[in-house]
Amino acid sequence: MKIEVLGTGCAKCKNLYENTKTALEESGKSAEVVKIEDIPSIMKYGVMSTPALVIDGQVKFSGKVASVAEIKGML
Amino acid sequence: MLKAAADYLVFTLAGLAPGSRGGEALNFFIYDTLKIFLLLTTIIFVVAIIRSSFPPEKTRRMLSHKREYVGNVLAALLGIVTPFCSCSAVPLFIGFVESGVPLGVTFSFLISSPMVNEVALIMLWGLFGWKIALIYIGSGLLVAIIAGIIIGRLKMEKYVQDYVWEMQVGSSELKTMAWREKLDYAREYTLGLLQKIWPYVVVGVGLGAFIHGYVPADFLARWAGRDNFFAVPVAVALGVPLYSNAAGVIPIVHALMEKGMAIGTVLAFMMAVTALSLPEAIILSNVLKRPLLATYFGIVATAIVIVGYLFNAIL
Repeated sequence: MKIEVLGTGCAKCKNLYENTKTALEESGKSAEVVKIEDIPSIMKYGVMSTPALVIDGQVKFSGKVASVAEIKGML
Repeated sequence: MLKAAADYLVFTLAGLAPGSRGGEALNFFIYDTLKIFLLLTTIIFVVAIIRSSFPPEKTRRMLSHKREYVGNVLAALLGIVTPFCSCSAVPLFIGFVESGVPLGVTFSFLISSPMVNEVALIMLWGLFGWKIALIYIGSGLLVAIIAGIIIGRLKMEKYVQDYVWEMQVGSSELKTMAWREKLDYAREYTLGLLQKIWPYVVVGVGLGAFIHGYVPADFLARWAGRDNFFAVPVAVALGVPLYSNAAGVIPIVHALMEKGMAIGTVLAFMMAVTALSLPEAIILSNVLKRPLLATYFGIVATAIVIVGYLFNAIL
């Protein structure tokens, strides 16, 4: 599983990154989590409001910081 | 009811004399803080639910290939309901122009979205009353529509950074949120926003209460009254560095108005605080070349100054 956190580096994006890591740890699943900060890569997903979460190439949500519990449900 | 609570706390419980400076200032502070937090919590929650139905992707679809006027009006209106944060201004801008939203229409959205925001509206409504809040919405929309039309007419597409036009924009189909998710989103959004702005509100209301209690009436009438020609442009210039602190600025401005600052000057100042910001200009310089960035700022600033003079003259 590959998880990408899209964001231009604002505080919300960092929060989402942290929540994602925690969710992953708590669920015991293993995945590669990467931060995507460059605009062309973000635009490739058609995301217009950051932060956004992409799992295995699929945009799960954008424009919000999802809670740990919420992210766990998507893994 | 809130007034009674504030009176009880200050004059009965704390034993301060009604009419004393300290008593009045504290009473003012408690009453305003209670009122504002009550309004903020309920209204932000409602706005967040409405917003969850208007993701930027949907707004973009509605604005794509819209013509001048209709597009500008629609963009300014959608700016109110579409969630916007200056940190995603760049992906938003690229997403808009790449999907065929005209440049002028994109600007109408970019101007209205931060300016006509719920926090500013709630604070204006709570402190100045609904009439001023409505005037603010109306003139904010007008500034966004007119500035967008002018920028569209100037045909400045060549001053958008070249890479923007070559960017490959994918499309992602986001599923719409269920009611349960909307409520969760609204709760998170409200808590997050309150966490961010509460210190500004408390400090702002505190300073406002101090001015209310200790600064003599008419103190500002000479400098910021309607007769001073320079008051409006100076207020607009002062508003630029105060970006995103609408929550803290409005209570102070409210107190200043009591001391003689003219209403048009107050409105112009508020608009400058929300619509013109240095950090946003720096973010937007990633997608706009200098001449377009300067034109954008110049037109919006001029429009705001005109609004200020207009309301100083008629109200």
